[in-house]
Amino acid sequence: MTEPKKLKVATCSLAGCFGCHMSLLDIDEKLFELVKVVEFDRSPITDIKHCGPCDIGIVEGGVCNAENVHVLKEFRKNCRILVAMGACAINGGIPAMRNNVDLWDCFQEVYHYGIGLENGQIPNDPELPLPFDKVHPINEVVRIDYFLPGCPPPADAIWKFLTDLAAGREPKLDYEMLHYD
Amino acid sequence: MSDHDVCDLPGIVARWHHDPANLVQILRDVQESCGTIPSDTLDQLAKLLNVPRVRIEATASFYSFFHAESHGAYEILFSDNVIDQMAGKAELKQYLCERLWLEPRKLSEDGLVYVDDTADIGLADQAPAMLVNGFAVPALDKARLDLVAELIRVRKPLAEWPPMLFEIPDNIRQPGPLTGEAFAPGAALKATLSRGTDATLAEIDSANLRGRGGAGFKTATKWASCRKAEGEAHYVVCNADEGEPGTFKDRVLLNSHADLVFEGMTVCARVIGARQGLLYLRGEYRNLLEKLESVLATRREKGLLGRNILGYVDADGDFDFDIEIHLGAGAYICGEESALIESLEGKPGKPRNRPPFPDRCGYRNQPTVVNNVETFACAAKIAERGGAWFAAMGTPQSAGSKLISVSGDCQRPGIYEYSFGVTVRQILIDCGAEDAHAVQVSGPSGTCISFREFDRRIAFEDLATAGAFMVFSRERDMFEVARNFTHFFAHESCGFCTPCRVGTSLLRNTMDKLAAGKGSAYDMNEMKNIMHILRGMAHCGLGHTAANPVVQTMEKFPEAYERRLKRLDFEPAFDLDGALQTARLITGRDDEWAHLADE
Repeated sequence: MTEPKKLKVATCSLAGCFGCHMSLLDIDEKLFELVKVVEFDRSPITDIKHCGPCDIGIVEGGVCNAENVHVLKEFRKNCRILVAMGACAINGGIPAMRNNVDLWDCFQEVYHYGIGLENGQIPNDPELPLPFDKVHPINEVVRIDYFLPGCPPPADAIWKFLTDLAAGREPKLDYEMLHYD
Repeated sequence: MSDHDVCDLPGIVARWHHDPANLVQILRDVQESCGTIPSDTLDQLAKLLNVPRVRIEATASFYSFFHAESHGAYEILFSDNVIDQMAGKAELKQYLCERLWLEPRKLSEDGLVYVDDTADIGLADQAPAMLVNGFAVPALDKARLDLVAELIRVRKPLAEWPPMLFEIPDNIRQPGPLTGEAFAPGAALKATLSRGTDATLAEIDSANLRGRGGAGFKTATKWASCRKAEGEAHYVVCNADEGEPGTFKDRVLLNSHADLVFEGMTVCARVIGARQGLLYLRGEYRNLLEKLESVLATRREKGLLGRNILGYVDADGDFDFDIEIHLGAGAYICGEESALIESLEGKPGKPRNRPPFPDRCGYRNQPTVVNNVETFACAAKIAERGGAWFAAMGTPQSAGSKLISVSGDCQRPGIYEYSFGVTVRQILIDCGAEDAHAVQVSGPSGTCISFREFDRRIAFEDLATAGAFMVFSRERDMFEVARNFTHFFAHESCGFCTPCRVGTSLLRNTMDKLAAGKGSAYDMNEMKNIMHILRGMAHCGLGHTAANPVVQTMEKFPEAYERRLKRLDFEPAFDLDGALQTARLITGRDDEWAHLADE
């Protein structure tokens, strides 16, 4: 008897706070059920650095720098279904609050005028991801198949969403999982 | 230096009876006399009116024509409907800015003049047009702008500008019962009083008059229901917030047939038992205000308004009724009747939950009839000449005549009055638009029809319309027409409900993405999804119809979209490499990782 083929899942956090990943872990003991049906590829959970072909890619956070674009394109290229998870991936969220501040002013404040700084310099190392002038939602850079809202989405919503997908159903979230007041 | 006087705040507040419900009018007067509504004025108004400052601020920040920062002695707003654009508005605006040495949306260095855009100002037959300190100047060309620039340069007060700049012809090309026949003020009222209110309502009913604002609700039903509703007072409100781009028939009715409109309101007042009426005149028609006030004054002198109208006394008591004019302040949404009532009550123009409808709970939460300008004009004619006369015109479901505001690619733009049931083709022949390719009927929220559908008819059962009829020739790009409309809706969404506030912005952004040559089939699908959300979830008609122009042009002129699609799959919404340029400059980097290659 062969085991049913597991779904391959990759996850990443771009301009986010890892809160959505924490919410994913927050499904608690159901994690055991989850790993019966899914196998994680590239993810902060596995520490695999690059993903291979996957069934589902889950992206937390918006796009704030060039590296984010490379990661996002890698996910789009490899994942059959790409999901934007949480407010930052969908709208830019908290990091996008910097969109109202000029990038020059941001750098000046951080590297020149911040409290306690002396002779500050703006770093120019090629290893550092180069920031965009604005933070963008990920659907402005690649095609996204599903949007899972929330800040973060509740653990139950993530569970329902993933198990629906794993079972081959169109994911559907009840109203209670989508409203936050 | 300023054209504006010192603001007499207590005087303005007193003129509006210290009533916070008149806040929009108070702010208008402040804006008109000071040129701005400064922040400390809001504090003073809060004290004078004894309401919280946030209430004042909510209203002051809602309307386009109110602003806290100075726009100088001369504020110039170019009408930005697609018809104005087709008539060369962008080029003329740039020309004026160059003549005045300034940039749009930026007060000139000397604090004298400010130039910006505004939504359609009801002069599509005389496009391009603009507002100077709220007063309309039509038919712009370089010669007229030279004159304007010179007048501004020598700082001539607006009151001393040559009147010919502000002359606005009616352009009635085809007159009919409303626009072509003489009307003796008082005739409809006398007929109403001798016939009695029940019989007058029966005439309106048998005339089969339906609302001319576009929705086509039966007028007699509205009046009867309002009449029956209990309340401390009943009100008659005339909706002259003609904001639908491309419509200008109410401008013409109010300019030349105001007696007919006011008489229709008075007939309605008699039927429903109202003592007060309000005309909500869109701010863009500020130039009509003095004229309308003088028509009202004449009617009071003749005993057609005020106490004891026509000396009439009956068992129900005297017939007292008067009309007050309220001005809007640049908000399309106030054409929606419940938003209009909110505005009349001094609040931001956000639509109410309906039901209850205004006939039971309207102005000051009392039974209120809200009708379009043209509906009241029709009602006056019916009261005078009877329901059978009216019902004989038009089609069984759409009785009477309809004013059509024709603009765009035709030889004779202007007002055409037809019996309902006229074909689009007939109108196009009459206005001289032989090479018409498309017509936008009833404005952006209405219906876009292609040359294949020119045999359709203007009638509630086919093409319902508030009157706009914008003609586009073969040379016009229907994608750009729809894009203009998405910008309009995104600007005019009142922001109350999320589907509309966000949905209209997403539509605008996606259309801009396509216009920038970054479109894909994905974006086309997204716009269809947004349409479903808007139709199903928006709070009012603005949101329900905001996607119409996109969806209809997509369906009828697919080639206009297809040639803008770069890929079938997906294309980023912005220039990825270009968005790194600022950071490259800041860091001085130009390495491989500081660039994103286009694939």
